[in-house]
Amino acid sequence: MRALLAILRRDLPLLLPGGQRGGTLLPLLFFLAVAMLYPFAVGPQPELLARTGGGVIWVAALLAAILPLDRLFAPDLEHGFFDQWALRGIAEEAVVAVRLLAHWLSFGPPLMLAALPAAGLLGIDGETLWTVGLGLLAGTPGLAAIGLMIAALTVGVRGGTALAGLLLIPLAVPLLVFGAGALATGGAGGIALCGALSLLLVAIAPFAGGAAIRAAREG
Amino acid sequence: MEPCRLAATDLACRRGERLLFRGLSLDLGSGAALQVAGPNGTGKSSLIRILAGLLRPFAGAVERVGGVGLLDERPALDGHQPLAKALGFWGRIDRDQESAVERLGLEPLLDLPVRFLSTGQRKRAALARLVGQRAPIWLLDEPLNGLDVHAVEMCEALVAEHCAAGGLAVIASHQPFALPGLITLTLAEFAP
Repeated sequence: MRALLAILRRDLPLLLPGGQRGGTLLPLLFFLAVAMLYPFAVGPQPELLARTGGGVIWVAALLAAILPLDRLFAPDLEHGFFDQWALRGIAEEAVVAVRLLAHWLSFGPPLMLAALPAAGLLGIDGETLWTVGLGLLAGTPGLAAIGLMIAALTVGVRGGTALAGLLLIPLAVPLLVFGAGALATGGAGGIALCGALSLLLVAIAPFAGGAAIRAAREG
Repeated sequence: MEPCRLAATDLACRRGERLLFRGLSLDLGSGAALQVAGPNGTGKSSLIRILAGLLRPFAGAVERVGGVGLLDERPALDGHQPLAKALGFWGRIDRDQESAVERLGLEPLLDLPVRFLSTGQRKRAALARLVGQRAPIWLLDEPLNGLDVHAVEMCEALVAEHCAAGGLAVIASHQPFALPGLITLTLAEFAP
């Protein structure tokens, strides 16, 4: 437990905005850039933007989740951290679970905050923004879990980043369908399903990720 | 120090399509020190990783009693962190009280980010991490690489102390390693 706390204390400053793996500010800016570009591309009709804006925020969030993947595991595996943890009897699963928490904290809440200016740019009303925010709260843990599993699986692969992006998109479709779908129906059912999916993914991620890290070490 | 034993029976190692060694057995107890010698590419590092349990042997089994400390070319220290913080991370995990920082002459370097350290300085930092771990089994992969004459003597003295205190050490190195009672295992004899 003490070891895991020490690892969390190391992970958080590494992954949070301004951290040394500096990935987190970049996805946020990318997210805002998409929200900013969209009105230029489809034209400034307010009713069109208000109707489609929520969906755009979801797509932008999904794409932004791809960016930090290459920094999640590769440097630690390369520098021998996972070997040293294994020798101390710290299970890969536990390390991956801690990293999932740190990864989500580094991109889930900041993304929800960034949804505020994005909603302003797209002219979304308060009610829709509330649904988007709740949906992101339910969906981002699942996105983080998918990203983490893919990062662990592609850690030893050359050109793994591009591959990770390609792999994440289809796997994230269910989250998008339920999360963004809640916008159209306005109901809580979509968000609840999105949250249920997220929970399932979060429960699987440490085991899948841990096994993938062990396999990468053998290679 | 807790009792320790490291035994391997009939180990074989295959990397890719190539069989590196086979039929290797060893049995080390408290206080033993073994040097694995051999030219590059004979499987010294692979043997160390198999003994550490980080690599599955192609055949055979390894039995370990006691914790394992590993020193290889990767120091597992965060490059952007000052050395004090990078070592402090492992200190928290290992509950390190008496650190070897002073003995290894690392004190003047504590404020420097790890990425600015030279190869030898990094190796010394990794040695400090290893000492702080207080594991009875030491597996050292090319511990002398990049060390100057003084640091080589320091490293040899640390291993000698470790063995005298009841630990055991396996040293994979193509360089001579001065240690009383050091057994040598020539890996080339186990090549297929």
